[in-house]
Amino acid sequence: METFLSLFTHNTLTLMVFFPAIAALPLIFIPARQSQTGVKIYTLAATLVELAIGGSYLLSRLAPGASFPFVRELGLDGQPISWIPRWGIRYELAIDGISMPLVALTLVLMPLVILGSWKGIEKHWKAYGAAMLLLTTGMLGVFLAFDLFLFYVFWELVLVPMYLIIGIWGGERKIYAALKFFLYTMAGSLPMLVALLWLGWRQHEATGVWSFALADLAQLSLPLQPQLWLFAAFALAFAIKVPMFPLHTWLPDAHVEAPTGGSVILAGVLLKLGTYGFLRVAIPLFPGAALRLGMPLVVLALIGILYGALVAWVQSDMKKLVAYSSVAHLGFVMLGLLAFDLVAWQGALLQMVNHGLSTGALFLLVGMLYDRRHTKKFDEFGGLAKVMPVFAFFLVFSSLASVGLPMLNGFVGEFLILVGSFGSDVMDLRWATVAATFGVVLAAVYLLKMLYLTLWGPITRPENERLEDLSFREIVTLVPLCALMLWIGVAPALFIDPSTRHLDELLTSVRARMHVEGPGVAAAPPHDPTTPTALGGAAHTSAARPSTGGAP
Amino acid sequence: MTVPISWYLVLASVLFAIGTVGALTRRNGITIFLSIELMLNAVNLMILAYARLLGDQAGQVIVFFVLAVAAAEAAIGLALFIAVYRLRRTIDVNRLNLLRW
Amino acid sequence: MNQLWLVPLLPFLGAAVNGALGPRVPKWLTTLVALAAPGGSLLVALVVISEWRHGAPAPFEQVLYAWTRAPLRIDVAFLLDPLSAVMTFVVTFVGFWIHVYSTGYMSHEKGYQRYFVYLNLFMGMMLLLVLGNNFLVTFVGWEGVGLCSYLLIGFYYDQEVPPQAGRKAFIVNRIGDFAFLAGMFALAQRFGTLDYRKIFAAITADPHALQTPYMLGLSFAAFVAVCLFAGATGKSAQIPLYVWLPDAMAGPTPVSALIHAATMVTAGVYIVVRTNALFQLAPGVLWAVAIIAAATAVVAATIGVAQNDIKRVLAYSTVSQLGYMFLAAGAGAYAVAIFHLATHAFFKALLFLDSGSVIHAMSGEQDMRRMGGLRKHLPVTYWTTLIGCLAISGVPGFAGFFSKDAILGAAWQAHIALWAVGTITAGITAFYMFRMFFMTFHGRFRGTEEQHHHLHESPPSMTLPLVVLAVGAVVSGWVGTIPFLHRDWLGHFLAPVIADVGHGHAHAEHGPGLEAFLVGASVAVGLLGIFVAWRLYGRDRNLAGEDAFIARFPAVHRVLANKYYVDELYDAVVVRPIAWLARMCFRVIDTIFINGTVHVGAFVTELIGDLGRFTTTGNVRNYSLYFFTAVIVLFCWLVF
Repeated sequence: METFLSLFTHNTLTLMVFFPAIAALPLIFIPARQSQTGVKIYTLAATLVELAIGGSYLLSRLAPGASFPFVRELGLDGQPISWIPRWGIRYELAIDGISMPLVALTLVLMPLVILGSWKGIEKHWKAYGAAMLLLTTGMLGVFLAFDLFLFYVFWELVLVPMYLIIGIWGGERKIYAALKFFLYTMAGSLPMLVALLWLGWRQHEATGVWSFALADLAQLSLPLQPQLWLFAAFALAFAIKVPMFPLHTWLPDAHVEAPTGGSVILAGVLLKLGTYGFLRVAIPLFPGAALRLGMPLVVLALIGILYGALVAWVQSDMKKLVAYSSVAHLGFVMLGLLAFDLVAWQGALLQMVNHGLSTGALFLLVGMLYDRRHTKKFDEFGGLAKVMPVFAFFLVFSSLASVGLPMLNGFVGEFLILVGSFGSDVMDLRWATVAATFGVVLAAVYLLKMLYLTLWGPITRPENERLEDLSFREIVTLVPLCALMLWIGVAPALFIDPSTRHLDELLTSVRARMHVEGPGVAAAPPHDPTTPTALGGAAHTSAARPSTGGAP
Repeated sequence: MTVPISWYLVLASVLFAIGTVGALTRRNGITIFLSIELMLNAVNLMILAYARLLGDQAGQVIVFFVLAVAAAEAAIGLALFIAVYRLRRTIDVNRLNLLRW
Repeated sequence: MNQLWLVPLLPFLGAAVNGALGPRVPKWLTTLVALAAPGGSLLVALVVISEWRHGAPAPFEQVLYAWTRAPLRIDVAFLLDPLSAVMTFVVTFVGFWIHVYSTGYMSHEKGYQRYFVYLNLFMGMMLLLVLGNNFLVTFVGWEGVGLCSYLLIGFYYDQEVPPQAGRKAFIVNRIGDFAFLAGMFALAQRFGTLDYRKIFAAITADPHALQTPYMLGLSFAAFVAVCLFAGATGKSAQIPLYVWLPDAMAGPTPVSALIHAATMVTAGVYIVVRTNALFQLAPGVLWAVAIIAAATAVVAATIGVAQNDIKRVLAYSTVSQLGYMFLAAGAGAYAVAIFHLATHAFFKALLFLDSGSVIHAMSGEQDMRRMGGLRKHLPVTYWTTLIGCLAISGVPGFAGFFSKDAILGAAWQAHIALWAVGTITAGITAFYMFRMFFMTFHGRFRGTEEQHHHLHESPPSMTLPLVVLAVGAVVSGWVGTIPFLHRDWLGHFLAPVIADVGHGHAHAEHGPGLEAFLVGASVAVGLLGIFVAWRLYGRDRNLAGEDAFIARFPAVHRVLANKYYVDELYDAVVVRPIAWLARMCFRVIDTIFINGTVHVGAFVTELIGDLGRFTTTGNVRNYSLYFFTAVIVLFCWLVF
């Protein structure tokens, strides 16, 4: 018992992960008829305390210009904490420069989500608060788990509260959307479980020791054939979450039907679980397969960027437009990850945070409109800038960040991804990058369409003439996001530098283990029409490229 | 003269078959139980026959266990049927299909 | 010199302060902040530039901080060299006076404060663009001016047309930006940096390495040059991306003056001159630039002939004059391009502000057919407009004469066809400018009684900038190439910026005979244009000349008035197909195929369940049968 308690006092990471779940417990005991406001304030306070705990932890370890340290949680005896010793499953939480930005994003977004849901959620607040807090625990657990089994547990843990949030407080087709989300994601996770177990068995076979720790599994050096299947299994689960084309169709439904707070956290953090999974698990564990399957995945990412943008353009529902824009944005992130280039990875990690901020803000704004007019259809709006100028300002600001306007955060991520991908010396992505860059034009097309139909022009409907502008609470919700969007855009080095060293180490390790000869996999590397040469995916790309310079 | 063992086995088999058919085809619950008891007793007979043949006393003891289980099962089953009858005024198993899809 | 960073910062500060103060503070405060910012910027710029000129002649760099650190290092840093100095001067000087003018023009507008926030923001962005020492800072300014353009064109946001025009501008510009980005990526990949000086040092060190095939069958230099020029066609409104500029006239007139005449549209010219080293190594691209530029110049000029909105005439004129600048660049005469950029900034801004004065006097009317005879009512405007028109028509003594002549001289050396097109365009330019002049100021007043009643000269806040710019429209010509006198102060000043690589620019001076011919030809053509305009529109003919022309060539006039139906063409060939594709993606691929597959999966599962439930009959006898069968099967399987 005392070891269990000391787990919290001793190890801040555990405290950070489980505090929200613990804070959710008293909510069970509050009688249902208690004032909703009390519950709202309690939940907000819980998220703020969590932000304080996590924030102080992170800030205490951040030194300007230096890398964020790698901190591993150990038990009282200085050893990693064993959970199920029979199979070497450890309770291993750790944080490094790669997890840190995503943890920070989660901590910052949660209070804003609660604030944003203040008016939108009307009944059963204690259930809502509990669900949100439990969700926080799950998300943080995914980012901090360094044992694959633990990772899987947290991964699945995230599904249930989200399902409840969509299914109870959602829109018209909430059951359909919630079920679709749940089943789709779970269907992807099951192959991942099988692959995971196989890995554990393989680990035992190879070294005689049972272990699911990421560090140990990465040393396995599997031949190409099993690597491909394993990578595919993991990639399936992650690709559904990202979401990558063509596994993305759960997202528009989930977003449209979810309440505002649900959408914000779904787009803000949950989607990043997928990209983080690629970065932390799939690519480092199976670098050979990642290289071999890189080109097809790049093609899918590209399709995501362009297709997502095109489809966003023709939507008549504001939330669906933003949902498809998420597909497009995360296509960029995936492109960056698959470039296996440090600059691209910096951009990808940063863009994960950026997307959370800008798309989170956009969903909050759509939610504010919905609170007033109970509709999300474009033809119900028009000319709102005249009656809601503050709202218009924030909407324009967030849209510009989303579109990747320089000086705002979206541009930094996109730029670094594209520059890095273009210059990648692992795969020839020049054409892919140019095609992806066209995505910035399409982004302007659909976002400006949204602004045009919502804000500009004369007011076409009488119901819109007397709308109230943003309240103090709503402004307070948006200001931190916009301030961060500007800050990251103007001084990105501050936000990128802490992660660079660990990204570099991870990338070096991946690149060292990338070239795996595969028995029986004699087929030509996946031939992709977007590359001009057969360089794509070939195992032996060397420096036979004409560039004399290249990134230093 | 000693009765050949095969006679016992045949008898037991026939009884078992009769019991099985009864358990599968009869409508009245009591009759089904009767058939099940018949099956159990058929099995008992067979065990005793083999015990006698092989001279193994363990067989005799097994029969006691089987009889005890049969009795217990009959008791519970009949109690269930009494409860069902009180509720549904019938013990025709065809009519007791609340768990139908 | 260390105050260089103040030059772009002050306008940002002005925007932020005015933005924070909001619309409800007294107007004098807003005005004070709004003018102090660009004014301060101008002063600091003058001080810094003169300090720099007296000191070392080498370019001055000031690094503020690192935007990204490793492995790709990009700094937020500024560069003061001859090119950026010229651009900075033009931007701050013209920009400041347009701010002054705006205080008068916009004084009755509800969005006064918002206007100046955007205008200051624009200045800041433009200064970032020209002062940046690397492609990234320039690109920040590049897109930033696009943003401000969007905001300012759509300034009257509660009307139908301005937001649409703003949107069009942003998107068309973005297409250019996409190309610009591609160029940047290639540069970053090849050189590992985006710093101008480092890149150009690397280029001049080993120029031939950049001429090997790279992408699309082009050499590296050609590829990057094409990308950058494509970006420039967006920002500087050349074929094929010029279509946003005429629509941009929906914004307030001072915006048109600043953004679409003097500064933002010149960004494309700036970038081509800045990267002249790359263009020099890709002579094919230079030819393409020159040809596109010449085509743009003449096409836009012909459209300008048939426009009735006073601002549209000036818009197409801008497109055409930008063509001249690119023509000079394409001919390898980069300093001349900048020369024309500067002179154009003065006389085009002047003309736009003049038109604003006219529109202001006409209570918002912009159609020239309803003007006429304004000479008596708007004296200052009249004379300054005349000066502007003379300048643009290339009448000797005025700024346009010198710069245009220099361009035609360079064109002659490149190819006679380019010279011919340029000269013809000069004639057409003179014609439509004076058509505008006569229609507006001469003849009989053709407007309504109401408008006539309100006719008045503009307040000093507006007329003073007009005079200042008119002086500039005369004086600025003397800094550049002066024919016959072999003087070219600007050319020498800018010489360090022109790289000495590739097919060198053998711009020998013309012999005096050739010089005389060229000068004579351009002057003659200009005077001819003025003369024809005078015949058709002057001498109190009012609209009779126009009507006669329309009667004789109705089809031609219709084509010109409808701008060669280019917008309609783009709509049909680009916009509609992509919209169709998007709809197909959504309705067919997403809904039918992908979602359909998911639903089929769900349906099959449900079907299996539906069929399977028939085994749960609730009948005990069935269950015992299953049980029994299973036992038999198991028994058989285990035993046999």
